[in-house]
Amino acid sequence: MNPKTKQIAASYVFILPALFLFLVFSVYPFFKVFQISATSWDGISPDAAFVGWNNFKDIFFDNPVFWLSMKNAFFITVLALTIQNLLALFLAFLCDRDIRGGNIYRVIFYLPPVLSGIVVGLIWNWIFDGNYGLLNHFLAFIGLGDICRAWLAHPQTALWAVAVIHLWKGFGWGFVILLAGLQSIPRELYEAARVDGANSWVVFKNITTPLMIPVFILVSILTILGTMQIFDIIIATTGGGPGYHTEVPMTRIVAMIVGASKLGYACAMGVIFGLILLVLSLMQIRASKMMRQV
Amino acid sequence: MSFTQTEVNYEKIKHRTMSFFIHIFLVLVSVSCIFPLWWAFASSLKTQETVFTDHSLFPASPHWENYANAWTKADFGLYFLNSLFYTTIVVIGVLLIASMAAYAFSRLRFFGKNILFFILISTMLIPIPGSFVALYVVLNKMHLINTRLGYILPQINAGLALGIFLMKTFFDQLPKELEDSAAIDGCGLFRTYWYIALPLARPALAVLVIFNVLAVWNEYLLAMLVLQDRTLMPLQRGLMAFQGVHITQYPLLMAGIVITTLPILFVYLLLQKHTINGISGGLVKG
Amino acid sequence: MKLTGKVLAFFCLVVFFAGCLAGKRPSNEVTVWHWMSDRDDVFRDLAGRFEKETGIRVRFELLAPSESYRQRIRAAAQTNMLPDIFGVLGEKRDFAAYIRSGFVKDLTEEMSKQTGDRSMAWKDTFFEKAIAVNSFAADNEFGVEAGIYGVPLDASTIQMIYNKQIYKSAGLDPEKPPLTWKEFVEHNRILKKEGYPGFVSGFGELWMIEAMASNWAMNLMGEEKVFDTYRGLVPYTAHEWVEVLNLFKQMADEGILIDGAVTMVNKTAEQTFVNERATYAFNGSWSVNIYRGMNPHLDYGSFPVPAISSARPMRVWGGSGSSLVVNNRSPRQEEAVRFLRWLTAEDQQRYLAQKTEDLPSIRAGREWVSGVQAQFVSSIETVTHPNMYPVHEDPAVQEAFLKGIQYILIGEKTPEEVAGQTQRLKEKELAKTVGMATAS
Repeated sequence: MNPKTKQIAASYVFILPALFLFLVFSVYPFFKVFQISATSWDGISPDAAFVGWNNFKDIFFDNPVFWLSMKNAFFITVLALTIQNLLALFLAFLCDRDIRGGNIYRVIFYLPPVLSGIVVGLIWNWIFDGNYGLLNHFLAFIGLGDICRAWLAHPQTALWAVAVIHLWKGFGWGFVILLAGLQSIPRELYEAARVDGANSWVVFKNITTPLMIPVFILVSILTILGTMQIFDIIIATTGGGPGYHTEVPMTRIVAMIVGASKLGYACAMGVIFGLILLVLSLMQIRASKMMRQV
Repeated sequence: MSFTQTEVNYEKIKHRTMSFFIHIFLVLVSVSCIFPLWWAFASSLKTQETVFTDHSLFPASPHWENYANAWTKADFGLYFLNSLFYTTIVVIGVLLIASMAAYAFSRLRFFGKNILFFILISTMLIPIPGSFVALYVVLNKMHLINTRLGYILPQINAGLALGIFLMKTFFDQLPKELEDSAAIDGCGLFRTYWYIALPLARPALAVLVIFNVLAVWNEYLLAMLVLQDRTLMPLQRGLMAFQGVHITQYPLLMAGIVITTLPILFVYLLLQKHTINGISGGLVKG
Repeated sequence: MKLTGKVLAFFCLVVFFAGCLAGKRPSNEVTVWHWMSDRDDVFRDLAGRFEKETGIRVRFELLAPSESYRQRIRAAAQTNMLPDIFGVLGEKRDFAAYIRSGFVKDLTEEMSKQTGDRSMAWKDTFFEKAIAVNSFAADNEFGVEAGIYGVPLDASTIQMIYNKQIYKSAGLDPEKPPLTWKEFVEHNRILKKEGYPGFVSGFGELWMIEAMASNWAMNLMGEEKVFDTYRGLVPYTAHEWVEVLNLFKQMADEGILIDGAVTMVNKTAEQTFVNERATYAFNGSWSVNIYRGMNPHLDYGSFPVPAISSARPMRVWGGSGSSLVVNNRSPRQEEAVRFLRWLTAEDQQRYLAQKTEDLPSIRAGREWVSGVQAQFVSSIETVTHPNMYPVHEDPAVQEAFLKGIQYILIGEKTPEEVAGQTQRLKEKELAKTVGMATAS
């Protein structure tokens, strides 16, 4: 075998295990979901009526609640992309330098993602409770008692409250990845720049940022994916309420499966949702490619 | 470049104040992160009656026996070993398979590379709720229901999309000169991958380990779907013992949660030591 | 490539070994899948006793929580891997679907056989409503043959609960809870004046709102008219429905419902009541155990939902909390039925009731129940539940109605608006079904 063929063969060997698992456990279920979405199957009965595009048509033209839920998820995602990731970046930056107690901080910031959803739900329900919640106690303490309320139950604040919980739980992920990215940058580059007299800001702009762009993209995409699919927090705190104020696509899909036994419809929602996420992520990648060329 | 004495002092004060505020900020954020775990810990030492009424940060009479009770009642010994096994295998599987595939995508040229990568990553991007039925059917066809293998393989697969994406990102960052010099030295493909690329991507590997350890350790949906025998169940199954249909035994549950959370933190701490600012630029020059 | 080879070989070995560590199962056991974490020990105990008595081995597998259990049952149904005995957690239409798929044994015949030493038909040993929840009437909307398809293990009712201690402190008579809506509003006004909190319930969970709303609807217009609404013959804009919605508006206006209850999950509501941060709660008979565990000194009682009209009886929700069915494709149906018969016999029910303190499903169990539980069980003969209805509302319409009530509670919509929106959605859904019917 000549070297070129050998290389191609080796490439395929490298990919084979991943490909196999992927075909069996991702591709097959994926197609099955597509198949189910074209039916009105309830998930149990042996018979499933074929309805073609009807589910999709209904979702696009006749399901305002689904798109409202999408909007709610977008809202939280935008907050996550900005506030959460900036916070994560800032903290990662601080921990990357030899700051006192850096190692301990790293473990601490990783706590929220690690924490069981049960505890997160209990704690934040308590913090936001309208009658004996910690937040209200604190506000009353500093004299802002008038704005005390049941944060998770008021239409104006429910979504914000849920967003805060998600941001708190999520920044640890971005932190870990960003920190790893920062740690991959060879220290010599920094030293060389320091010797040349550059201050922190210049170093950050000209050395750190360009090298971190791929990592930024990764974190952005993961943030979009993770935040758009928010579910556990909602179920543990508001259940989607009051009304539809904190409904998100995942709660709608689960309600279709469990509450209405309309697996076909739910799968159609899942497909549309997934495609939207795909488009969002691709847009991110495209935008970053353009940034890199600048 | 020389500073006068006052300028130097000014710099120092500015530096110290900023340092101060930064530390305050870090402490505040840390407190918010630690508080829930501490609350869980304190609650685990209280009783079912006082768990929500006693607001002390540490109960006056701590019920340490809750931990012993939780351990035996939830059969943690058995589930711990299972989880340890699953976590180790899945993590090793993801590390190997994902990094190999990522290396191929990053460094090698072959037909259909971009499309394949795109499709692989897309699976990560498209959530498929309702896919559990299909997964069950596949596992059943392969006679993997209620087997450890049937529980492990889908989890390796789940970690692949992110794993490949992450590893490729980091492999892309590595300078090509390294491989060229390795090739000149006579290293084959696998050796280059194993001895040069992997060690340099250590931070990325550490991230993968962290993510997947957490994912497998906390996993229970798949366990409930695939497994049946108690002897095969992972850790989260133990926590279910305290969550009845109606009654939740909070102190024991909290004890269980503390028991199951600490190992993860321990693993994370270990990994952190491994990934401190480590890449020597010497390789680039040499 | 030597290294690759070694690594891959090692990996394959481990994985292969892992695959072989699955347990082998003796094939003459009756397998039961259940979701009731707090009864797992008790079930195993009982299984052991049964084996001693009859030599038949019964194996209980716990798959919790209930969402995971439901998924597992669905998935197993697709590959015909359901166990001998399991439970159908879900709506009546899911139950019907499993029956149509051939997974649920028709127990009507077995139920008519005499049982135990009381020489009455098996079905007559149970509370009528506990059986009703597991039965399908003739000509039901699901096309399932009439009959009894499940065995109830326990019973439950959902009523109002009130804190007697707070009543005393506020100057109200603790033995006279408000049995009519007027009294309820009055008592709440007094409580408010004295500075005590009002009513809490897990209204973040829509089914709780549904329970209360349907209780009032049936009280106001009678069962049949409610069912006619589901059939599409009576509009949601009828004045009785608007009146029901107005009750929720009044609840909000008078500040009866405590702040935050509209998104509370039931567990949080339970905590709130048991920590005496609410005077009233709306919950099921199972909550007695929860309260006892969290505050054994709580002085409280139970009463039915306050009636709006005296012309018709006040209905409450109830029936069977947990039921099991027999897999119609199991080769061990006889043994399975025998076990269930044994499990619901007096001795075993008494043991279960003792250990878990849920209401038993058999009538004889009434004698063992005391305290607040007795107040809950007093309405067991007249309870109702969607799983007993002859006709059901479309889930989308139901959700719009219940979410609408949430909007009323937060003051963002009026009862008339909600009634109108629900009716419009109902008409749309009706048109769809007509459209499908004419198309086929």
